Amino acid sequence: MTSATLTSGATLGSQRVSEDVRYYEDAIRLFVIAATFWGVVGFLAGTFIALQLAFPALNLGFEWTSFGRLRPVHTSAVIFAFGGNVLFATSLYSVQRTCRQFLFGGEGLTKFIFWNYNVFIVLAALSYVLGFTQGKEYAEPEWILDLYLTVIWVLYAIQFVGTVMTRRESHIYVANWFFLAFILTVAILHIGNNVNVPVSITGMKSYPFVSGVQSAMVQWWYGHNAVGFFLTAGFLGIMYYFVPKRAERPVYSYRLSIVHFWTLIFLYIWAGPHHLHYTSLPDWAQTLGMTFSVMLWMPSWGGMINGIMTLSGAWDKLRTDPVLRFLVTSVAFYGMSTFEGPLMSVKPVNALSHYTDWTVGHVHSGALGWVAFISFGALYFLVPVLWKRSQLYSLRLVSYHFWTATVGIVLYITAMWVSGIMQGLMWRAYDNLGFLQYSFVETVAAMHPFYVIRAMGGVLFVVGSLIMVYNLWRTAKGDVRIEKPYASTPHKAAVGAA
Amino acid sequence: MAQNYKDELSGVETTGHEWDGLRELNNPLPKWWLYIFYVCIAWSMAYYVFYPAWPLGKTYTKGILGYSQREDVVTSMANAKAGQAKFLTAIAAKSVDEIQKDKDLLGFAMAGGRSYFNENCAACHGAGGQGAKGFPTLADDVWLWGGKTADIYQTIQHGIRSDDADTRGVPNTGMTAFGKDGILNRDQIDQVTDYVLSLNNKPADAAKVAKGKTVYDENCAACHGDAAQGALAAGLDGVGAPPLKQANWLYGGDKATLVETITNGRAGMMPAWSKRLDDATIKSLAVYVHNLGGGK
Repeated sequence: MTSATLTSGATLGSQRVSEDVRYYEDAIRLFVIAATFWGVVGFLAGTFIALQLAFPALNLGFEWTSFGRLRPVHTSAVIFAFGGNVLFATSLYSVQRTCRQFLFGGEGLTKFIFWNYNVFIVLAALSYVLGFTQGKEYAEPEWILDLYLTVIWVLYAIQFVGTVMTRRESHIYVANWFFLAFILTVAILHIGNNVNVPVSITGMKSYPFVSGVQSAMVQWWYGHNAVGFFLTAGFLGIMYYFVPKRAERPVYSYRLSIVHFWTLIFLYIWAGPHHLHYTSLPDWAQTLGMTFSVMLWMPSWGGMINGIMTLSGAWDKLRTDPVLRFLVTSVAFYGMSTFEGPLMSVKPVNALSHYTDWTVGHVHSGALGWVAFISFGALYFLVPVLWKRSQLYSLRLVSYHFWTATVGIVLYITAMWVSGIMQGLMWRAYDNLGFLQYSFVETVAAMHPFYVIRAMGGVLFVVGSLIMVYNLWRTAKGDVRIEKPYASTPHKAAVGAA
Repeated sequence: MAQNYKDELSGVETTGHEWDGLRELNNPLPKWWLYIFYVCIAWSMAYYVFYPAWPLGKTYTKGILGYSQREDVVTSMANAKAGQAKFLTAIAAKSVDEIQKDKDLLGFAMAGGRSYFNENCAACHGAGGQGAKGFPTLADDVWLWGGKTADIYQTIQHGIRSDDADTRGVPNTGMTAFGKDGILNRDQIDQVTDYVLSLNNKPADAAKVAKGKTVYDENCAACHGDAAQGALAAGLDGVGAPPLKQANWLYGGDKATLVETITNGRAGMMPAWSKRLDDATIKSLAVYVHNLGGGK
């Protein structure tokens, strides 16, 4: 029904303008709505369990509301429900435009993927609350739901790959390389980590095919690359489309994009063992996990350089376009957490950081700063386009969202740095007679204030997301807020120099 | 479709491709980026020379440092033990009382006892032995099973109503549920509760107190002593019933809690730690607990 007409080729020459490709957008809008909804749900769940850690009475005494069951609800809601719907929306939106082609398999297939993926999300969340879990981080759904997701994912892969293969551009745009790597690898990871044997064909419970340290290794091969390919490669695909689009600047370096793409996907897949330092995992595997993580530092930063340097010549836009500010700040957070990651993978550092809140802080600087911020930027970009509005309801509200969320993130990650490093130091403190200085419960008591600060950071992040929901809703309605516009005020010295 | 296109702002050429208005500049790889990448690779290669790194079928490259994480742990644990050996041998050879009299050993046992207590005992007895509902305070002078060093040592070793053959008390027993088991009716429980309250100088109905004393003598005195002084003070072995005249109640000394206790009974237990901790550790704990403030 609703579709967009290709106009962007207009700058290039007459041969493109003559073409009139009508892109599918109905299903993309569904993904955008779902992403926004699940984002708020996921942030709320996260804030609630953060409060549970600070105030255990909030477990409410029910098994269904205990931290252990709500925690996977939070992680799945933010990663797979929010992040997943954002990835579907952005990848299926941009692949049409960068390939100048309809979605392969038709919009009915997209809608089928949409409804089934979101039903999967609901079933997964429900199963966690009821106590069904494989007990594997980020791979909690039991075998029957895993099979369901596999079908959905294969359909998504067919639609995306099919669109790329039937493209009407001679080259594949860099964003699509990343989306392809993300879709393909997530499929392999999902299947690889869920080779489980059900206890009975009518029951939910299953056990991993491999056991012991091999099972742990498979799990962290999956877990690390869920971060690497779902939350990094996929979102780099978003970055490569939406940052240059919003900044209206060319991507900084084609060569860098090639080199960092191949090095990133080659190195990332081996880095998983760093999650199992100082365990029964053999020494050699730990060494490889650590060194591949360190070698991964620059390939990760390649994406940051390409994202940030794309703004060269357009830095002034950060002052007038808070949407671009979200996109660029996300890339800065990406750079920060992809430096912190290799650092934490180095064994002596890991000896201090492992099992502490530092890890939690690290994940959230990536999750809130990088993944969520670039998603917010993409959503602010997409809603006016998809609902055929000339502009967002309010850029000022975008800015309020930006600052609220940024302060929230800073509270979160600084609290976790302090808490985590303190926790690690307390665990390893000995007195001069060789006795442990602190008991475990003393470390827990010492972390309490930081748990409160972290939860406050979460509250701010939720408030910011609610501002976004309001803004996007009014935008979709077609309203425009009467407000002082952001004026471009060039720096005086720069003007003089020019 | 490649067209030469120069970006006006940067003066750099694009690759000539264009997608949905998006182009790519033909900038080279940033030098600093490339060199740091090379350094990371070189560092990794060097690391492989020194440390275990590559799998070779059933073995792996060991590295010239001969590092093994497992041996490292064993060595550090042995070193830690060796550093404490002088004290541990002395503690193992002496009784808890003797340890108390040796200044050096006392200091060591107190430091160790604090650490072991916080890891093993504080979860129930609270930090510093402050106690919690159902878990006796260890910092006061009320003892259910004896407050001398030897008593404490024995309690920690064998536990209370535990599965240890030499446990204190009888396993899986506790205070009788006088109400639930139909031994006392509601009125009798009410009366005996008032009697116990009166012993603690709390407001109580005089008529009920008088009747309550009879109930007490017939039902409670056998364990808690005829003067409510508790099993230990009454010289009753293997019972452990607390005194009922005190400020620091195990479960609570208000009327409602007393009624609940008498109605449903109570059953406290403590595991035997000799199966989990070695003798020197238990002795250190006994010294530490004895010195928390209430040791006899």
